Amino acid sequence: MKDTVFKILSNKSIAANTYEMVLAGDISDITAAGQFVNIMLDGFYLRRPISVCNAEDGKLTLIYKVVGKGTEYMASLAEGAELSVLTGLGNGYDLSLSGDKPLLIGGGAGVPPMFMAAKKLIEAGKSVTVIMGFGRAEEVFYKEEFEKIGAEVRITTVDGSCGVRGFVTDAMPEDYTYFYTCGPEPMLKAVYDKSETDGQFSFEERMGCGFGACMGCTCKTKYGNKRICRDGPVLTKEEIVW
Amino acid sequence: MVNTKVSLCGIELTNPIIPASGTFGFGAEFAEIYDINVLGSFSFKGTTAEPRFGNPTPRIAETPSGMLNAVGLQNPGVDHVIAEELPMIKKIFNKPVMANVSGFSINDYVTACEKLDSQEQIGWLEVNISCPNVHGGGMSFGTSAEAAAEVTRAVKAVTKKPVIMKLTPNVTDITEIAKACEAAGADGLSLINTLTGVRISLKNRRPILANVTGGLSGPAVFPVALRCVWQVYKSVNIPIVGMGGISSAEDVIEMMMAGATAVEIGAVNLVDPYAGKKIVEDLPAVMEKYKINDLSEIIGVAHG
Repeated sequence: MKDTVFKILSNKSIAANTYEMVLAGDISDITAAGQFVNIMLDGFYLRRPISVCNAEDGKLTLIYKVVGKGTEYMASLAEGAELSVLTGLGNGYDLSLSGDKPLLIGGGAGVPPMFMAAKKLIEAGKSVTVIMGFGRAEEVFYKEEFEKIGAEVRITTVDGSCGVRGFVTDAMPEDYTYFYTCGPEPMLKAVYDKSETDGQFSFEERMGCGFGACMGCTCKTKYGNKRICRDGPVLTKEEIVW
Repeated sequence: MVNTKVSLCGIELTNPIIPASGTFGFGAEFAEIYDINVLGSFSFKGTTAEPRFGNPTPRIAETPSGMLNAVGLQNPGVDHVIAEELPMIKKIFNKPVMANVSGFSINDYVTACEKLDSQEQIGWLEVNISCPNVHGGGMSFGTSAEAAAEVTRAVKAVTKKPVIMKLTPNVTDITEIAKACEAAGADGLSLINTLTGVRISLKNRRPILANVTGGLSGPAVFPVALRCVWQVYKSVNIPIVGMGGISSAEDVIEMMMAGATAVEIGAVNLVDPYAGKKIVEDLPAVMEKYKINDLSEIIGVAHG
């Protein structure tokens, strides 16, 4: 964990209620896809935990949905503004278990961490399929970005306005070696029920500190209590207790 | 050179800064990022006789200048704390540590305190009779002068360590509880625990916290904490550990001027993990600014 100042390089809307923020700063503590950062915002007491979409060449990319006053404020920040960011939080995905044909499944605000995972897996020579689930076409983002790095992309929308009509589970292929997923809990549960291989799930919870001190985000697992922020957010399929 | 030393119930602290129970775990997460030996001490996670999962999530909600928590005393139980956490603490912290204890019956408090009494690393027992987030115990002992005195007497009977009773502000007159604890033999008092609050999600039309209510902490409660310390200082002759929203060295001095011998810092550890270290480092310069040579000289000075 590191507390450093990041400078906003860009902050723009990329889909309905969805923003991409690129920041410059010390990313040395971000060691795995699926980790998150915790951002201090003027006028808000608690930091905002946001998953890492990508971290390379001294640049940190975050994609966030405007869901409340905090993220609304984030969306209003201009290029050049500085933010205190705690980096290197959470365990992240263990990509060494992927096999040759990993499946990545992201739902809505759960799509961003899939980007860094896809990138690293493709760099390691894996054949990556990404399923991205959204509500409607206006919410879809990063399709080209994923295609550009060499992932096979499948889109689902609940209203059928883009890609397959339905949920991410309606687009799951027959043939994959392992999976990584992040999204709303009902989606995670559906993936859990439908999947036939082992895999890893990234969970979301309201957090106090984000680094394991306050016990604000504890959940039960097969191997005892785990703090989503510190022992997670990624849990393996076999340890999850729904 | 200013003197930041204070003496709390006969144990000297190199400075009065003590991270508060529930905001510092057992110290490990903080020892990874700074040498926690710079602190006066720290109060470890509220420990009960038996292990507890605590409340369902969500346990945290934001408020203006603060937060609500309803963790509900999640802890691994006193036996695990003695077997695993204290040996771990020994590696990262070489000063007396404060053991925070909670319970649901007098017997619970006695069991946990008796076991902790034999642990040499422990300097003080901080007995929490003020947790607002559990049912059938916790705060119910701290809202009655009689029950507070009963817990104090029972704990004092099984330990030689200084006993600091942690009080709740959720009462009509905190000085009554403070006086009852003092009369029952308490060596010190710590205050305040959190103030009970609620937040509601407009989207879900339901309370944000699964427990409905939670404890308010952070800068929002600082003036309330100061008022409580002020009142209690006037009412008792035992030392007070002041806490509630302290976020800076200036706040530490203000709390001490109200009557605190030492202070605990809580919520600020969660938003700035380096806060303890920063406040300790800032303290000498702020003392100089306000012409304070010896910190113990300002305890209660605002009372004239």
